[in-house]
Parts: sequence; structure tokens; C-alpha cells
Amino acid sequence: MSYFVIGYFALLIGGACVAAYYKQQSALIVLFALTLVSFLLGIIGGAVVLWGIAVAAGALAFCAMTAYSFREFLILLLPKRLAKQVATAPLTASFGMFVILIYMIAGIFAPWIAPFGEAEVVGSAFAPPDDTLLLGGDQLGRDMFSRLIFGARNTVGLALLATTLAFIAGAATGLLAATKGGIFDQLMGRFADIIMSIPALIFALLILSIFGTNLTVIVIVVAVIYSPRVFRLTRAVAGNVVVMDYIEAAKLRGEGDWYLIRREILPNSTAPLVAEFGLEFCFVFLLIAGLSFLGLGIQPPTADWGSMVRENATLISFGVITPLIPAAAIALLTVAVNFVVDWMLFRSSGLKEKL
Amino acid sequence: MTEQNQKNVLLSIRDLHIEGYTGEEWLPIIKGVNLTLHRGEVLGLIGESGAGKSTIGAAAMGFARDGTRISSGSIVFDGIDLTTASREDKRALRGARIAYVAQSAAASFNPAHKIIDQHVEAPVQYRIKKRSEARKDAIELYEKLRLPNPEEIGFRYPHQVSGGQLQRAMTAMAMACRPDLIIFDEPTTALDVTTQIEVLAAIRDIVDEFNTAAIYITHDLAVVAQMADTIKVLLNGEEVEEASTEEMLDHPKEDYTKSLWAVRSFKKPQKARPKDSEPLISVRGVDAAYGGGLKVLDDVSFDIHAGMTVAVVGESGSGKSTAARVMTGLLPPRKGEILFKGEVLPPRYRDRSKDQLRQMQMIYQMADTALNPQVRISEIIGRPAQFYSGLKGTRLKQRVDELLDLIEMEPSQYYNRYPPELSGGQKQRIGIARALAAEPSFIICDEVTSALDQLVAEGILKLLDRLQRDLGLAYMFITHDLATVRAIADEVVVMQNGQVVEQGPKEEMFKPPHHPYTDLLLSSVPEMDPNWLTRLLEERGVDNVGEAAEV
Repeated sequence: MSYFVIGYFALLIGGACVAAYYKQQSALIVLFALTLVSFLLGIIGGAVVLWGIAVAAGALAFCAMTAYSFREFLILLLPKRLAKQVATAPLTASFGMFVILIYMIAGIFAPWIAPFGEAEVVGSAFAPPDDTLLLGGDQLGRDMFSRLIFGARNTVGLALLATTLAFIAGAATGLLAATKGGIFDQLMGRFADIIMSIPALIFALLILSIFGTNLTVIVIVVAVIYSPRVFRLTRAVAGNVVVMDYIEAAKLRGEGDWYLIRREILPNSTAPLVAEFGLEFCFVFLLIAGLSFLGLGIQPPTADWGSMVRENATLISFGVITPLIPAAAIALLTVAVNFVVDWMLFRSSGLKEKL
Repeated sequence: MTEQNQKNVLLSIRDLHIEGYTGEEWLPIIKGVNLTLHRGEVLGLIGESGAGKSTIGAAAMGFARDGTRISSGSIVFDGIDLTTASREDKRALRGARIAYVAQSAAASFNPAHKIIDQHVEAPVQYRIKKRSEARKDAIELYEKLRLPNPEEIGFRYPHQVSGGQLQRAMTAMAMACRPDLIIFDEPTTALDVTTQIEVLAAIRDIVDEFNTAAIYITHDLAVVAQMADTIKVLLNGEEVEEASTEEMLDHPKEDYTKSLWAVRSFKKPQKARPKDSEPLISVRGVDAAYGGGLKVLDDVSFDIHAGMTVAVVGESGSGKSTAARVMTGLLPPRKGEILFKGEVLPPRYRDRSKDQLRQMQMIYQMADTALNPQVRISEIIGRPAQFYSGLKGTRLKQRVDELLDLIEMEPSQYYNRYPPELSGGQKQRIGIARALAAEPSFIICDEVTSALDQLVAEGILKLLDRLQRDLGLAYMFITHDLATVRAIADEVVVMQNGQVVEQGPKEEMFKPPHHPYTDLLLSSVPEMDPNWLTRLLEERGVDNVGEAAEV
């Protein structure tokens, strides 16, 4: 038996004892259950599996520590009002914020961070990773790492633009429909129904093949597809606010619709709308990646995560993980955004209880 | 009382501390309350909101709500300490030996099941009775509680019976296992005065008959005087004093108790209608309905003169608030018109001029929903001033400060606060300031004090009265609380089923002879006399109260 295995179990059991002594029930359960599972896995898979578990636990601990220190860092750095809110964030949310920050830095400073240009051929096709090509080369010999960095700018930027557009359109109509009611509300509602009744991907494919695949068309199509959802949500949220007495008071004062929306309704519906923005962003992001994968999205040679997965897909049959890296980048961002959104949803519902 | 002391003690709470989690720390809610309840005794718990009445009521079942915990003390129910008892032990007690009657019966019944099915649940669950026996017993209880058609009423769904009946059905349900203790948590607060009587009478009879002990939680002194043998007064989670009902009513010891008793004494002299002057607002033959439905208002007419307070009273559903909606222009009438200083107002508020809108302001019942929680106090009050008078910068700030002074709130302290940071009474004051900011001549007050504690409500009434004298405002006071009417009104309009049944100066209205409906309303208001309910029932006969009353 190797020293590693002995040390591994000694650490687990010792940890469990400490937890039991200090009456940390949940920690005890986790540690001891892990010990038992490790026995079983150790017998079946040998020391390698235990290595795997140790590395995974280490990675998890690393992420948690990053999240923790990032949160404390933010609390110190931000103004008081914001810092107080950040202090309530769970570790998952601060991890999500950390990941989003990294992506933002990568996207904004892409030309300075990336060692090569996005369309620059620097090595042989499918070159293995080495000191200059950190993640190897793609099917044309371009640097995978540089393209990944530029992809953050292109894919995320495009998704952000499309989501924002969808939000502006959806939220504006939703708020107006809730405030005005009547015919306008009905018309907008039915119009939203019509758009929602067409399958999103097919609609996008259709429009893109009619108008050609340039960026403007992609952004507009995606915005049109997603704005009815935003419309629905905004109308429902604003509908709850519109019946409040303070809206009645403002109406009786003679205020116009624009004032009602801007000063009275919007401040009371931002929390769910921001959360929805995060969720929609993920969907839009996936749709754009999907379109790129199908070859109708962002056109080469512009770097884009969706098309990067497609272009390098053949490599997967050789047991190389290169095509999975852009996919992992997509997954990580989606998870990170969801972490943050979860926290915001929790906060907005928690606040309601307090009131 | 001595006789009761000899009986054995049913519930004994010693030095109870309960903490609530707010923000990031545990703060005390109940600070060392002692309570002893004998078998068959009815204890009245009274106090303002936030005094911890309901928390103690729940603690008597060994229950702490989410976000609260029992931090120390003991709760001994019939020899079992509920603070240390296991979940299963407590479960076996609840429903079977300790029952709970909530404030809103409508919210406490499951709308998807018949009343009687919900009634028999507990006895069947605890294997006290078989289902058929339990049903028979339920029908007997319905009869004892004087519900109409006791044979049949249990087979209806909760939405098919009225609020008062539902509250009685809930009392019957609490009785299903013949518990030793029932906790009544404000069972009549949500009901009209006329319905309240029948529920009170029913509760009192059945508690007497089965010799059940009860904790009766309320903020209404007159109600508790009818129900309780002993009264305990609470303030901020601490006991102020405890004494038998007669003693408490006649000789309260503590100043706080005295102040509670004195609240109903506020009364302003009645003002006579100015001679041969034009009414400020006059409602002429108004019919109104929501959508194409039934008429909610039927030929309603009344006048309001400048500087006077007109109280519009009636049960819920009598059309009081609809009248206000018609006057403000939110609901255009089907027939009839609203005159302001002799001029006909456009039926829709959208068609009214800025000045017409400015003249008529509203103060709402629920200050929570009447103030935008996301807007600073300075803007809530400042907006009407800015909107109507075009004030800006320092002049606007000056005006807001003036208004805050007027409602007796320190400007520097509240200027930048948000509504959720204020107490209920303060929010209502901000609502008043917002109405005043428009410099109106007429204010509609829609049940402005009914959501407030008595002491706070009195403060609001006094403030409104002072403002009326200083600024010459006319009020239309919509209320179901006749004590408020007595305190503040000059003239009274009584409404029933969308019609005005009687109107006139206050003094006349409170003196007989009355219209029979006015009489019913007036005699249904609980009085501080502990024998009031008994006397009333003798006068009217037990079957002639509330909804069944002949008018």
C-alpha cells in the first residue's frame, strides 16, 4: 500500500473525528460518507481513483477558496451599500461573479491577452500543445488559446447585444401593455403568442437563410425570438405593481404613462427583470453557439466558440479533448451566470418576505 | 376567581423568552412573560401590533414560527413541558388537546375540500371518533354554534358560506376533539361589527358549555371585555399587568393600560353646516356598477360642505369605497353626476383638469401599498408639490420640510428614508402629507385608521382634526368603525347594499329614533361594559343577531 493511500484515509478519518468532536454534524456526515465510498472505490479502481477524488476535492476547495477571497475582496473594495449586499452572497454566487469578471477581462482586453491574432496561422494543423501554443492548434494551425480569448469577445459580446435588444423591446412593450391595458395589451399579447408559437431554431434558420448571415441580422433575429418571453414576464410583474394604491394615487394626480413606468413601476420590478436577464442571456448565448455550430452564426475566420466546437469535432475520435475546451468555456459561463441569477432570485423573494 | 384558582392549572408559562432573526442577529421578541391558565378559564391577551400576542399564542402550543426560536423558559401544558417535548409528542397534542382558531377563516380553510371533511380530519386522524360519528358530532356542533341549516352547511365548500359563518365553522372545527385549550387569534378582527356579534356569542357559549380553557388574542378592548375572565396587557414583549376583567376595566393600575382605555375618549365638537352656502362636493343620484354586473351603487346622493367631515358608514359590500371611486373618477358612474363647487366634474379622471385633480386627494387604508417602497420620502411628498405648483430646488425642499413639520415628523431624520423603514403610523402620516402637498380642499379618507393600533389611530385622527382646523379641509371619512365616526364626524351617511339609508348631523344620528339599519349598526358596536353582550343578546334574542337580524 502506498503512502498516498494511507495518508488519504488518515486525513479523512482524522477530519471526521475532529468534526465529530466539535459537533459539526454535516461535516462529519460528508467526511465519513466519503471515507466509506473511498473504501469501495479504492477496492474497485485502486489508488488512481483515490487520486481522482483527491484532485476533485482539491479543485472544489480551490474554487471555494477563490470564491471566498473574491467576495471578501469585493466587500473591502465596493462602497458600503453594495458591500452589504455582496456580504449576503453565497460562495456559489461569488464564484459566478468571479468567472464572469474573468470572461469580461478576457473579452475586453482580448488583443492584448491573446499571444496571436484570431485568424493568424502559426503552426501545423492540429498541433499538440507546447510552450508557444498553450492549447495546441486548430484544423488550420491557428492558436487555440488565442481563438478562445477572442471568442469570449465575439460570442459573449454578440449574446449580450442580442439579449439587451430583446430586453429593451420586451420590457418596454410589457410595461406599456401593463400600464395601458385594453386593446394595446391584447394586441401585443397575441403578437407575442404568434412569435412564440414558431420553434425558435427553425425561425432563426429561416430568417438567416433569407437575409444572409451577417451580424446585424443575427442580433435582430435573436432579439425578436427572445423578446416575447421578456414581454410576458415584464407584463406579469408590472401587472402586480399596477394594481397598488400608489399607482392609483399617481394616476389620480394626473401623471402620464411615461412617469408611471419610469418612477413607479420600473423600480418595483427590477429584481425579477435582472434575474430574467441573466437566464435569457444563457439561452441566447446557447442559441448563438448553436447557430454557429450549424454554420449560420458568426462566420469564419472570426473566432467563435460554437463554430470552434464544430471545426475541431473530428479530433474527438482521436481521444483529444481540444474540441471540448470551447464547449467547456460555454458551459462554465452558463453555470456561472446561473449561480449569480439564483442568488438574485433568492434575494428578491427574500426581500418580499421582509416587507 | 378563588374558585378557579382551586382548580388545577392547565397551562403554565414561566419566564418565556422568544427571539426572532432579523438582519443578522437574534433579537428578543418576548422578554420573560409568565402566564397561568386554569381549566375552563378564558384569558384575554391584548396589546398593540408587535406586542407579541400572537407569538405567545403560538408558543402555548409549543410552536415557534419560522425565523423565531424559544430561547429560554418553560411552557408546561398539563404536566408536559412543550419546550423539551419531542415533535411527535407535540403533534399528538395539537388539534386534539390544543386547538387554534386563526384570524382569517377564509384563508385557513382549504378551498378545495368541503367544510365537514376538514372538520372530521382531526378526530379521525387521532382515532378519537369514527368518520360517521365525527360527522354527526360536527352537525351537532354547527347547531350549537347557531349556524343556519346545520344539517347541510358542512357539505358546502368554504367559498359558499359567509365570513361570519366560516369563522363559526372554524370554531366548531377547533372543538371537534373537545380540546382542553383553544387559542383564538383575533377571530373577529376581519369581520363587520354586525357579524362580529354572532361569532362572539357563539364562541362564548361553546367555550362555557364544554368548559374549555381559551386564550383570546385581540387588540379590541371592548371585545376582550365580553370574552375573558382575566386580561393580560402586553407591550413590546413584556407584561404590563394582569387582572380580572372587572378590575382591569374599572381600576387599571399602569399608565399604559390607562392610556389604552382612554383612547376612545377623543371627540371633537360637531360643526353645523354653514347656512345657505353651496356644497363643496355633491353627489347627485349616482348609479354605478363594475363592468356590466349588478348595481353596486343605487341612486346615491349626498353633499359635503367646505371644512366639514362627513363619515360614510356601512358594512363591507355596502358601496362605501365604490362611492369614493366614482367621486375620484376611477369608476365612471352609469347615471348621475358629481358636482364640485357647483361645476359638473367629468366622469373620468383622465378628462379632469389638473386643478380639478389637485382639489380632491385620497388617503388610503393600507399605507404599505399606498406608498411606493422604492421611492424616498422626500420624493413621495415632493412630487405632488413639484407636479402641481412647479416648485424646484431649495423651494421644493422647503415645502417638503414644511409638510413633514405639519405631520409632526422631524424633516432631517426622515427626508431620505424609504417607506419600508417606517412604522405603520408613520407611513400613514406620509400618506397624509402626500395628500396635503397638493394643497387640496377635499380629502377622501378610506378606512385610514382601521389597519392601525388604537393609540396610533388616535394620533392620526387628532392630526387630521388639527389639519382640518388649520387648513379648512373637507373630509369624506369612509369607515366601518363607529367609534371613529363618533370621534371625528360632523355629518354621517349610512349606506346599505349600495343605497343611502339615512343621513344627517352626527348628534341626530346617534340619538334615537334611528332607521332600523342604523340602529342595528349602532347597537352592534361592542362596549367596554363586560355585560354588554349578554344584555344585547337578551334584548334581541339569540337568534336575532348578525346576518339573521331583522331589519
